[in-house]
Amino acid sequence: MNKRFTRILATSITAAALVSSLGACGKGSASATSEGSNEITMWTHNAGNVEELAAIQGVVDAYNQSSDAKAKIKVQAFPQDSYNDSVVSAAAAGKLPCIVDIDGPNVPNWAWAKYLTPLKLSTDLSANLPSTVAKWEGETYAVGHYDVALAMLARASDLKAAGVRAATIEQPWTEDEFQDALTKLKALGKWEYPLDMGTAGSGEWLPYGYSPLLQSFGADLINRDGFQTADGVLNGDKAVEWAKWFRGLADQGFMATKSGKDSTQDFLNNKSGVLYTGSWAADKARASLGEDLVVMPTVDLGNGPKIGGASWQWGVTEGCANTDAAMDYLSYSLKPENMAAVAKATGTIPATEEAAALIPEFAEGGANRIFMDFSRKYAVMRPETPAYPFIATEYGKAVQDVLAGADPQGALDKAVKAIDANIKSNGGYKN
Amino acid sequence: MTTSPLPTRPRPAVATAPAPLPSAPRHRRAGFLREQISGWGMIAPAAVLLLLFVFLPAILGFGLAFTNARLISPRPVEFVGTDNFARLFADPTFWRALLNVTYFAVVVVPVQSALALAMALLINKKFRGVNFFRTVYFLPVVTSMVVVSLLWLFMYRKDGLINELLSTFSFGLIQGADWLNDPATAMPAIIALSIWQAAGFHMIIWLAGLQSISGELYEAAQLDGASPWHQFRYVTWPGLKHTRSLVLVTITIQALGLFDQVSVMTQGGPLDSTTTIIYEAVRSGFKQQETSYASAISLVFFVLVLLISAVQRYLTREKD
Repeated sequence: MNKRFTRILATSITAAALVSSLGACGKGSASATSEGSNEITMWTHNAGNVEELAAIQGVVDAYNQSSDAKAKIKVQAFPQDSYNDSVVSAAAAGKLPCIVDIDGPNVPNWAWAKYLTPLKLSTDLSANLPSTVAKWEGETYAVGHYDVALAMLARASDLKAAGVRAATIEQPWTEDEFQDALTKLKALGKWEYPLDMGTAGSGEWLPYGYSPLLQSFGADLINRDGFQTADGVLNGDKAVEWAKWFRGLADQGFMATKSGKDSTQDFLNNKSGVLYTGSWAADKARASLGEDLVVMPTVDLGNGPKIGGASWQWGVTEGCANTDAAMDYLSYSLKPENMAAVAKATGTIPATEEAAALIPEFAEGGANRIFMDFSRKYAVMRPETPAYPFIATEYGKAVQDVLAGADPQGALDKAVKAIDANIKSNGGYKN
Repeated sequence: MTTSPLPTRPRPAVATAPAPLPSAPRHRRAGFLREQISGWGMIAPAAVLLLLFVFLPAILGFGLAFTNARLISPRPVEFVGTDNFARLFADPTFWRALLNVTYFAVVVVPVQSALALAMALLINKKFRGVNFFRTVYFLPVVTSMVVVSLLWLFMYRKDGLINELLSTFSFGLIQGADWLNDPATAMPAIIALSIWQAAGFHMIIWLAGLQSISGELYEAAQLDGASPWHQFRYVTWPGLKHTRSLVLVTITIQALGLFDQVSVMTQGGPLDSTTTIIYEAVRSGFKQQETSYASAISLVFFVLVLLISAVQRYLTREKD
């Protein structure tokens, strides 16, 4: 009998303990973002990027130690893959930190959802690279320390052997020249596919990497006049022309419909002759190829070369209790030496000339200076509409379908239909 | 799925059940009440957790399916009736997903259960090193499906291990396909990997079933001169009756819920040839932020699984 009683007791104690520990869990996660009177929290996506995190932490430490710091900043880093989900769930629970970082094209979506509040900085942003300042409906919601740029990498020796001139900013390759260059490079017989467009990529790479090509043809992801429909723009003649051209690169044996896992490494291992990638690959390529590396602008497919603008940026949340301090910190972090430190750590393009002057590679005459010029000359923002995350998934799927051999018009029509239905079901994403 | 209880050996009808105490009925009633209380007490933790984290979200999800709720939106949630379902049934991708899942299940259910049974029969013998084989067959099961998918992703590449082997052993005659990048071979490739990964789990269930068959029956069959095939046909097979329905139901549900492999290896492509219902739900719910549409997909999936399980249950019922 006693034994039984003990058993019941034990069970109820366990149950009670479980319930209370559940409660404690809830409390625990809530207190993770609670902020002391003079402490504000900042979330960043770069837990997996040691150099970038260290650079950010360095800026924050310097701010915290400065005498006129308005609050103490506390950095919390997340892995990039789960970062957006963390923000969304924190927003649903009303537990957003004061400062968040955001992938540039998502800013309008988060601003529309009232996660972000317009920035009021003491810094003048007019001289910053336009693609590092995220605006929506006339207000600035986020600002970045850096940007990245798309480019084409090749070996000077290969181009010479094939008798192809290297493209330059003054004279980029045209569509015909590109076709001719690929034909000649393929004829060298060095590679199965002379061109690597990074077709194994997924997620944001698809719109980031391939919508500029679409735009160079004269098409776009959406009609930017009001951002209400993609009809006639993403499925118009020029868009279909882009899709046929892109698929044609594979059909002619110039590129694989699914490239290798690490395109940069494949290029360095001489598995491809021309690599379409971002400025992030340049340092590694230069270290390996030295003087033989040529950095070229992307192809002019009719409307000049285009590249995607905007990388990770910083914003202040709507529910922040100490907006003043958050704005003050952001202004502080935009000082040239801070921006230079972050850009240097990440190998990215610093957002201002003053910052660039502090990094030899990006200073006038530096090896990476050309990327800054690309960014200034060619950058097209991904459509500044709250519908962007949806557009990105549909366009990404259309790209993959086209590469897999789908009818271009059909694949693009499908995307347009889905995008228009989504915009309509959201009341046009109007405020 | 992975926590399905293994069928236990049928309890001998005698001895183990606690003999009723020869005491007064009054005493028995008091004991009975205490047993009741402690029984409920033991259920409580699991029941509370299930209620909180399975039933409640499920019911909420069913409700959301009839609204226009979104993951990120400043707009108020509105009731929209069956709009989401109308859109779903008009979406060719959904029907393609359904077809893919059917294809997957129709191949995987019989092949995986047969393979698992064969493996179980092989290791149900007593010989030196049998534990080694048991471990080897079970190894893929304890490896996470995501890890397995990543590894096979490399093996399935055009210049990957599988094509190298094919080419080497056929002396260059067979040039393997670009498995995951071809609409015709992507699903079969995923099927092969899935069977390889999960067969070990069902092997263990079959093995438990095999070991519950009394050795005396085999002895008797041997005395009567039954061949190994006849022993299997008339002793083993009928003895596995309960195990059979368990394996059938678990593999079917597992097959219908296909997601990990697709998410890691193909993201539903090429040309929707590997997309599945769950994959579509996750894509709409998280990537495209359409919570209500994803809920509608989930509700349809729930009803589908319920129907199929009910039919299987009916077909494998005890026919008295």
